Amino acid sequence: MSTGERLQAIDLRRVRAVSGMRRWWSRLPRGTRFAVLAVVAVLLYLLPVLNPPIITTPDSDFATVLFTVTTYCLAALGLNVVVGMAGLLDLGYVGFYAVGAYSVAMFASPSSSIATKYPWLVCVPIAIALSMIAGAILGGPTLRLRGDYLAIVTLGFGEIVRLSAVNSPGLGAAAGITSIPHPPGALNGQPIFSVLDAKPYYWLGLTLVFVVVALVRNIENSRVGRSWLAIREDEDAAELMGVPTFKFKLWAFAIGAAVGGLSGAMFAGKQGFVSPDSFPVLTSVLFLAAVVVGGAGNRLGVIVGAIAVAYLPERFRGFQNSRYMIFGLALILMSIFRPQGLIPNRRREVELADRKLDEVGVEVNA
Amino acid sequence: MKFLIDNFWTLTSTGLTQGAIYALIALGYTLVYGVLQLINFAHSEVFMVGSFFAMWTLNALASHEGHAGALLIIGLLVLAGIAAMIGSGITALFVEFIAYRPLRRRNAPRLVFLISAIGASIAISEAFGIFISRNILPVPQLVQPKVVLTLFGSQIYNMQVIIVAASIVMMVGLDQFIRRTRLGRGVRAVAQDQDTAALMGVNKDRVIALTFLLGGLMAGGAALLYTQQFGLTRFNVGFLLGIKAFTAAVLGGIGNLRGALLGGLVLGLAENYGSALVGSQWRDVVAFVLLIVILMFRPTGILGESLGKARA
Repeated sequence: MSTGERLQAIDLRRVRAVSGMRRWWSRLPRGTRFAVLAVVAVLLYLLPVLNPPIITTPDSDFATVLFTVTTYCLAALGLNVVVGMAGLLDLGYVGFYAVGAYSVAMFASPSSSIATKYPWLVCVPIAIALSMIAGAILGGPTLRLRGDYLAIVTLGFGEIVRLSAVNSPGLGAAAGITSIPHPPGALNGQPIFSVLDAKPYYWLGLTLVFVVVALVRNIENSRVGRSWLAIREDEDAAELMGVPTFKFKLWAFAIGAAVGGLSGAMFAGKQGFVSPDSFPVLTSVLFLAAVVVGGAGNRLGVIVGAIAVAYLPERFRGFQNSRYMIFGLALILMSIFRPQGLIPNRRREVELADRKLDEVGVEVNA
Repeated sequence: MKFLIDNFWTLTSTGLTQGAIYALIALGYTLVYGVLQLINFAHSEVFMVGSFFAMWTLNALASHEGHAGALLIIGLLVLAGIAAMIGSGITALFVEFIAYRPLRRRNAPRLVFLISAIGASIAISEAFGIFISRNILPVPQLVQPKVVLTLFGSQIYNMQVIIVAASIVMMVGLDQFIRRTRLGRGVRAVAQDQDTAALMGVNKDRVIALTFLLGGLMAGGAALLYTQQFGLTRFNVGFLLGIKAFTAAVLGGIGNLRGALLGGLVLGLAENYGSALVGSQWRDVVAFVLLIVILMFRPTGILGESLGKARA
């Protein structure tokens, strides 16, 4: 037995265990399930306070890392709508993240060129709306393209957004925009959100992750979600069955972009400044990696993926120099041994099994 | 506008030079796409490794420059070119063996190939950054810049002529190789229909490896020309150039060898004219906007996709 086969055998056992656990979980009484989820949620909220010894990051502030993880989770959830559910390959997702962050910066910061100085809370809906519009603007002309063409066009879009920020004095050019206000709120005369303590940001981020998960879950189970699924599986068949594919693809883009914009708005509110350097193409690639590594189409999966992508490099900052190299190698290994992602979408898993059957069939016929 | 008109011919010649380099790199994308229908995201690193091999060769051999004869310079360039091609070729094969072949064996979904290629790209580029250098590295430029002819008042340098000529020679060579040789027929057969080709006795894996190798060789040639034109390289030099080259491949019609040439030249020219019109800092934006506009009206590129078809 070669190493690869042995690994696959181990993997098969793991897959069985996971599906067994799923069954066990769905058979628990509703009340018990709810209680368990509540405990998990409370534990998640307490994470930065507890600072658990192995999980905590020795080389950087744990709460800040956790906050970064939540922004990645949001972005991965948004990208999952586009890539995992509708099956559209988007390599320029950081563009929407940037639009969200820049919207907040432009409308909130006194040092921006328009300097409307709206509070952060007002800017968030603006950011979401503008990213949504950006999604529609990108999607409108390009969604007729398929697969890899769409990938390269979106990649170009991400670069266009970044380069436009670099080259527009109105957007702060290469230096970016500073003094963006933090989210509002005060406790005993002290602002809750400050530069000193990252914990409140994490709590806000975590709450938003829960909200977005609930929203996305509802969309997924709606008519829109089923249309996305149909488009992902076979666009032509879906169109023939009367699904207005273009319309729903555009919706996938807009909704995905809106979540990305929200993530960017969070980032800007915490960071206090934005500059084009924060939005390189590599970030798009990291978001996509989070979705694919976690398991495209599965909400829990992409969250796990986002944690892996955002948290692991911070946890192992000791390897600071080589962490991206290790990350690259990990992506290759993941693709070879776990192409369906860490926690795959159930339907996708069945698809993969089907493909294997097909393959065996071909061999038998030959 | 006035700037564009005044410098039209200069912009044209530099645009064609740049476009020729794009086109050579674009061939690698187009070959792999034509055969596998997959974007080889790691091709930018294939180019990068080639440029490092060219740099090492030239650093080792061309230390005492100054009064080198023309013959010696040509010899050194050929040597460096061969080294760059070897480096790029090996890297391309390495990518195929590590990031593509195991996935093909497992019948992985298409998206996963993209992820493994991205992984390979990050790993290779970072490995060079860690183990060699993260700085911009100078590469000796052997050819002394000299104006060889003046056309419509614009000066054309010897290096520009060399780059365009060398690229065209390489591309014609590749085109003929694919069209006329036995191995080339194999490549076209696999591009048309992998399974049928395999049933007809074509060794699929060997043909795919050959495709990667051919793309690598072209990227190696491009790497040498690039280092000679700009005199530098870096561990992440492939990134933007790779995106541009891929853009060129898509512009011309991916999977189509002549499309890659056309796309590269069009992109090089458009970038130059565009940046003359709206400012050179918008250069890359011009390239991507052009891509989006062309794909809107002609979704399969200027010449259409067709490595397998008779035209290629």
